[in-house]
Amino acid sequence: MAVAFDEMNIPGGDLRPAYQELARWLKETPPEALEYRRQEAELLFRRIGITFAVYGDSESTERLIPFDVIPRIMSGKEWSLLEKGLKQRVKALNMFLRDIYHGRDILRAEIVPDDLIFQNPVFRPEMNGQQVPHDVYVHIAGIDIVRVDAEDFIVLEDNARTPSGVSYMLENREIMMRLFPDLFARHRVAPVERYPDELLSALRSVAPLSASSEPTVALLTPGVYNSAYYEHSFLADKLGIELVEGRDLIVKNNEVFMRTTEGLKRVDVIYRRVDDDFLDPLTFRPDSVLGVPGLMSAYAAGNITLANAVGTGIADDKAIYSYMPDIVKFYLGEEPILKNVPTWRCREPKDLAYVLDNLSELVVKEVHGSGGYGMLIGPAATKATIEAFREKLKREPEGFIAQPTLALSTCPTCTASGLAPRHVDLRPFVLTGSKRTTIVPGGLTRVALKEGSLVVNSSQGGGTKDTWILDE
Amino acid sequence: MLSRTAENLYWLARYVERAEYLARTIDATLRVTALPAAYIGKTNEWDSALLTAGVAGSFYRQYEEANEHNVVDYLSFSVDNPSSIRNCIEAARLNSRSVRTALTSEMWDTINSAWIELQEVWSKGTSTREDLAKFLRFVQETSLRFDGSAYRTMLRNDAYWFSRLGLHLERADNTARILDVKYHVLLPEEEHVGGPLDFYQWSSILRSVSALTAYHWVYRETLKPWLVADLLILNGTLPRSLASCYDNLVRNLDQIGVAYGRQGPAQRHARGVRNRLEHSNMNDIFQHGVHEFIQEFITDNSRLGEIITKQYLI
Repeated sequence: MAVAFDEMNIPGGDLRPAYQELARWLKETPPEALEYRRQEAELLFRRIGITFAVYGDSESTERLIPFDVIPRIMSGKEWSLLEKGLKQRVKALNMFLRDIYHGRDILRAEIVPDDLIFQNPVFRPEMNGQQVPHDVYVHIAGIDIVRVDAEDFIVLEDNARTPSGVSYMLENREIMMRLFPDLFARHRVAPVERYPDELLSALRSVAPLSASSEPTVALLTPGVYNSAYYEHSFLADKLGIELVEGRDLIVKNNEVFMRTTEGLKRVDVIYRRVDDDFLDPLTFRPDSVLGVPGLMSAYAAGNITLANAVGTGIADDKAIYSYMPDIVKFYLGEEPILKNVPTWRCREPKDLAYVLDNLSELVVKEVHGSGGYGMLIGPAATKATIEAFREKLKREPEGFIAQPTLALSTCPTCTASGLAPRHVDLRPFVLTGSKRTTIVPGGLTRVALKEGSLVVNSSQGGGTKDTWILDE
Repeated sequence: MLSRTAENLYWLARYVERAEYLARTIDATLRVTALPAAYIGKTNEWDSALLTAGVAGSFYRQYEEANEHNVVDYLSFSVDNPSSIRNCIEAARLNSRSVRTALTSEMWDTINSAWIELQEVWSKGTSTREDLAKFLRFVQETSLRFDGSAYRTMLRNDAYWFSRLGLHLERADNTARILDVKYHVLLPEEEHVGGPLDFYQWSSILRSVSALTAYHWVYRETLKPWLVADLLILNGTLPRSLASCYDNLVRNLDQIGVAYGRQGPAQRHARGVRNRLEHSNMNDIFQHGVHEFIQEFITDNSRLGEIITKQYLI
């Protein structure tokens, strides 16, 4: 694997401009001070209760995501390019979804194969021909971005269902400002704190026609045992909306109400953090107790907006991912600003043959997987793991895609042996309302804390960093 | 507000209050049992502690003997006892987590910090008397901090009122239970009135509801059983008396009624109980039978809990 692109250091000893002030500050700051701040940050996280649950981990049900106190810095210029690319990408995602559930021009034009849609378990036939308020499907998108050089931004994954992590973007900033006021004073960092306001106005803007002029928005959570519960309660609090569970809602005459101490109150927009499958036991999984019976018929009647819409999984599916550059071109007639990782579709025999021959160099992902589970990282895997994976791949090739192992960019990170480069990615959050798309400058930077590791997922030992966009 | 949020706030306050009460009960029992046998008579104080906590039945399914070790363990640390201090704290934290948006950060911090701190106690237990005393103090302080943060930081809206309802309902229940178990030592016609035995029993009752000093301030008298009963049942100035709890319950229910623009069975029932307390005096109560009076009160009080639940929380 090639030497990774480092976001701070230019080979030969120079620094990239965005990092110069940080480098000076690091020189003045003794390492013990950094360690002390790191411990302080951990204590703050624990006291505030910013924890997450790891499924299948019985040892401790609530864990902290490690926080690295060295910020990741991007110049304003880099950000504007990224911002433009993100808006373009999300616009295309929304148009694609609208098309898939209505006219299906893109299938007729044979850009995307039919069976990839209709045989896909995340395709929702219930959404066929259904009008969603303001034609917005993906109100909140989390697009995972990686860099391999100074020029390009590459999309690793689109998250168009219920992307999480934005609370870390906000809390990381809070904690950094508390711990390093001097470092902030030496930079002009674009603020992120207006995210909740932007989110609320986006959600209110997509209320259904039958809503009152002051639409009621609620956040639907699966409950305290969900791994992202902290984030749900955090956002509900910041937005000033009710945090509801399925049992708090009831559908009557195709309208959705919440049970309050003063009787039933109508809800117009649900920011749902519950997966499609669990939303409505009458339509989807009958065993779900997290959902609301009848919610889908209220949705069909146009009396409730779900954000994100039902059926958006078809747009962020890993098999669809490889078609995204063509999807952008098809709907917008523009060249995609953000690149895709070259992807082999194992469902295609030629691609499969190549993948099987080169397993030790590739990353192979489950088409429907997420959270870093069930993937093979060829260069880091043992022979036995690769062979086991080969059998899985042969049995069900359509369930996998493969990509080259990217040398993700690195950022300076605190480690046991001092500052060292660690691989990072970035998840900015793109909000789409009825009239406009906004992106708060920044996002969640995830960092693979283990030396050489490329897996940044929090469930697999990744940490987070504050992300600074410099206002020049 | 969401019914579930109101329910969580209500129970959160109940759990914290109950944890404090259990800690006080254990504390008071430790004091009495430390006295020479001549002062405490033949009653098993640990048995009474179980009875006042309302868990004697489940205790004996698990243990043979109500001694200090077993009872302290069952009331403080047992995971099998649904209302052990440990389970109260765990439930309080879980409830706090599900209504974080309705709590102030000070309230959350109190519960969450206590929960973090106590994880160590759960895993190690308390090996010495000092450890145990420290633990009991910590639980009481947590409740005080929680109550104080609620009082000082919460908006005065339904979230606050529902949390106060839980607190006062639980408090009334606790005071009534201790009276129920100990009523016999309060009876004036009991033999040995004024003997050392009764003195320590009464002071133990007062201590468990933090009213020992208050007694002296209110009556400026040596401990007399009917005055102890008067203080705990009818004296509106003592925060843990039944009368005081019902003043608060009526006030908070009224505030909810005003804010929501309508009254209901909960308001009526609470007023009924308060009026009965207001129009009673100790003579009548002793005539009527302290035990019967307390039993009726306990039934009325849990009935109010049910009515509040039906009217607002589901």
